[in-house]
Order: sequence, then structure tokens, then C-alpha cells
Amino acid sequence: MAAKANLAPKAIVARVVAGLVVGFARLVTAVRPEWRGCLPSPSARVYFANHASHGDFVLIWTVLPQALRTTTRPVAARDYWGGTGLRAFIGRNVFNAVLIDRVPDPRQPHPIEQLGAALKEGSSLIFFPEGTRNTTGDILLPFKGGLYHLTRDNPDVELVPVWIDNLSRVMPKGHFLPVPLLCSVTFGTPIRLAAEEGKDAFLARARTALLTLAPGENPP
Amino acid sequence: MSAQTEFLWLSLGVAGVLVVATLIGQILAKRAGPEPGAVIVNLNQRIHAWWVMVGLIAGAFLFGKAGVILLFAFASFAALREFLTLTPTRLGDHWALLAVFLLALPIQYYLIWIEWYGLYSIFIPVYGFLSLSIIAAIGGDTTRFLERISFVQWGLMICVFCLSHVPAFLTLDIPGYNGKQLLLIAFLVIVVQGSDVLQYVFGKLLGRHKVAPSLSPSKTWEGLIGGVASASLIGMALWKITPFAPLQAGLIALVICLMGFFGGLVMSAIKRDRGVKDWGHMIEGHGGILDRLDSVIFAAPIMFHITRYWFSA
Repeated sequence: MAAKANLAPKAIVARVVAGLVVGFARLVTAVRPEWRGCLPSPSARVYFANHASHGDFVLIWTVLPQALRTTTRPVAARDYWGGTGLRAFIGRNVFNAVLIDRVPDPRQPHPIEQLGAALKEGSSLIFFPEGTRNTTGDILLPFKGGLYHLTRDNPDVELVPVWIDNLSRVMPKGHFLPVPLLCSVTFGTPIRLAAEEGKDAFLARARTALLTLAPGENPP
Repeated sequence: MSAQTEFLWLSLGVAGVLVVATLIGQILAKRAGPEPGAVIVNLNQRIHAWWVMVGLIAGAFLFGKAGVILLFAFASFAALREFLTLTPTRLGDHWALLAVFLLALPIQYYLIWIEWYGLYSIFIPVYGFLSLSIIAAIGGDTTRFLERISFVQWGLMICVFCLSHVPAFLTLDIPGYNGKQLLLIAFLVIVVQGSDVLQYVFGKLLGRHKVAPSLSPSKTWEGLIGGVASASLIGMALWKITPFAPLQAGLIALVICLMGFFGGLVMSAIKRDRGVKDWGHMIEGHGGILDRLDSVIFAAPIMFHITRYWFSA
């Protein structure tokens, strides 16, 4: 689904900034995609990835084919990426993020409904099922329930596990200047909620699907 | 002949070799049918990448000193990025790593730009070496301290210091040869990379006996002797573009071919230790930029000092 060319000044600036962000990500990380379990596809998907750095969704976005970038939206916290200023401009206009509240506001649609609406419009989502950045030494935190609720409400949408490697060394916690090191993004085999599959079983299966993509975790 | 004419002839010669290589690669692929073997696919990827690399170097030469310094500064950056990816650095090394990229690398190439031999020849081995250990010590993390700091120092020496000796040829004052120093760089690159290619060709055609089975399965005695001997002869034949006499050119070519071979061996040992086959994926068919430059990195400083000691004013 190709987006129509938008010629408003703000949209043009957003496109230029997007190009700069992608160029910078490539310069620093020389990031390389590995489509191990599936190929790029324009249909609506949920890319669920490990989350260790603020740059994670930038890296996934960078390795997607140009045509898919405009329709692939990161799911981001409103308290960080909302508001005003440069960060908000990047969040809203450059990456077209779906902004959700970490603590659901009862007067607003529930975050999972917001995400479902975006999928129905044909967008794909970049989703971090750990719920927060992993700054511990553990390889992957336990998943929150969001991924389960999302797939239960949208059973036709493929869930693609995506392992982002090395970005936490490029931009460790507490540092804002990145060190240039090679990164890779590995796309695994899509999964779906099985019939009669419970929440815990599904989340465990999804987590395993993501972990098998991590280097040194013996890919099948 | 003027430097421009010689450069033109050299470019035509290299392009001619690449045209022949491309034809051979295409014929082999045709003969192999719809599903050519991995060696042939890889061969054609390598030849294709050579066109790009030769184009980049020739393009940089057209811009003279600025072009060559910028090209090798970027090569150093990309090499360092690959090298440090494989190192066991920890969070506490972040400042040391940043200093390497943001200070040491640009300063080294700036010193070459202003042709300050007295400083660029000691800046990294003395000042870089000592200050990196200080930065890491201030970081306070003593876990595997020596190993971590050695990795960063090694990366800086290999990827920046040694490699920067390629553009450093432009700073040499050689009586009767000034204005032509770019051709010395062409000589170095053609001989050393030619040696790599010819070692590959002789190895693939005649290779039987492995030189260093524990380090590299692809290096054979037949490849080594055939490649180094023929590349040294090419070096001798190129004496006219150098300030050297024919025999001197042949001897220098022999020395840099051997240094290039040992460079490949040392870098293979590091890759083996880190458990990888290639340094990266930057150059299709070859691997990372370090896979392509390992020989030049070891040859450049030696040829630089031979030339400086015996031939410069």
C-alpha cells in the first residue's frame, strides 16, 4: 500500500529527517537484515522485538524496504514520544508512531483497540513485548500480556519475531553518543495464536521464537 | 611521462585486467549452467566488487591528496567498526571507544593532511597508547582490564595507524619524484592486492599443500609461492612509475607481498579466536573491509619506511 506523496512543508521536512535518521543509523551500525524465517511483505504484520535501546525501532525501520517503511508504525509510549518539540516531531511525523499510554486512560480507547485499528487500516506495527527497555544483564525480560491481547483481537495478523543484535553496545544505558559497531536485525518465522492456546503458553512460545534468533542461542 | 599520463595508463591496464576477469567469470558461469557452484558465484561477486573498489580509488585519485585522505579515513572508520564489534568491551569502555572514533582517527588523518611526520608517526603508538589506558582506568572497571584495553589499542594500531600510512606516502619528499607520490600508492595497492588475487588464483588452480591449516584452510604453498612471485614480477615491471630501479622495485614488491601474506595470516588468527569467518559484510563476495585490507595494512608502514629511509630527501 503506497502512501500518497504529501507535499505539505511539514511532511517534506519529515521525509528529509527520516532519510537523515536512516543514513545515520547505517553509518553507525552498517545494519544488515537477515530474513531468516520470512520475506518482506506489504500485508499488515506485527514485528515483535527485543528492546534494549531507544534506537531499536529505528534499526528495524532502516532495514525494511523503502515501500514498507511508510506503512510500518512503531508502538511508542506517549509520555516519552508524545508532547511537543523535536522528539514529538520525530515520533509523530517521521515515524508515524502509534502513541499509547502506559497507564490506560479510561476516557480514551484502550491501547490494544488503538493498535487493532492501526492494523485494520493496513499498517504494520513494531512492538516491544517486554513492555520496557531491558537494561538488565538478562538477554530477554519476561513478556507482558500485550502481545497476547493484540493477537487474540487480531487473529489473522502474522506476528514476526525480530532479534536486534548489538545495539545495546552501540548506545548503552546512560550514554547518548553512539559508538560505531556492526548491528544486525534477524527476522524469524511468523507465529499465530493457536486454537485453544492460553495466554501463558502463547507468551512462552512467542518468547522462545524470539530467543532462537539471538546469536549463540543455536538457531534451528 | 607526466604523472597524469602514467596514471591514465595504469587505470587502463587495471581496467583491462578487470575486463578479462569479468569475461572469464561470465564464461565460467555460462558453462556451469543454471546453478553455478558457490566458488563461481563468489568469484563473480568478487570481480564485481573489484570494479567498485577500483572505481573508488581512481575517483579519489582524481581529487588528489584530499580525496585519498578522505577515502582512507573512511576505510579506517569502517575497519575500526568491524574490529571493535568482535571485541569483548564492556560498558565502562564507552568513553575509550568514543575517543578512538571521534578523536584519534580524525586527528591522525589531520596530521597526515598537514604533513607533520614527527607527530603522526608517534601520535597513536605513544599518546594514543598511554591515554587509552588512562581513560579505561578512570572508568574504574577492572574486569579483564588488560584484555579489553589491548583490544582497543590493537584496533587503533591496525585500523587507523597502519592504514594511515597509505595516504602518508603523499607527505614524502622524494628528489626528482615530487608531484608523483600518488603513483607510489598505486604501486603499493596494485602489487599487494595483485598478490592477494594471484595467491587466490594459483591456490584455486594448483593448491595442494596447506601453509597454515590451523589458521586458514584456503592458503596453500602453491598459492603463496605462485602469487608472491608473480606479483613481485608485476612490481618489478612497474618500476617506471616509482623512484626505484627495476631490481629495487622487485625487492620492495617481494617484501610487501610477504608482509601482506603475513597480515592475512595474523588477521585470520584473530578471526579464528573470535569464532567468525569474515570480519563483516561490507564488500560482497569478500566479506568485511578488513578481509580486503588486511594485507595492505601490514604492508603499508613497511614500504613507507623503506621509501622514506632510502629514497626521500
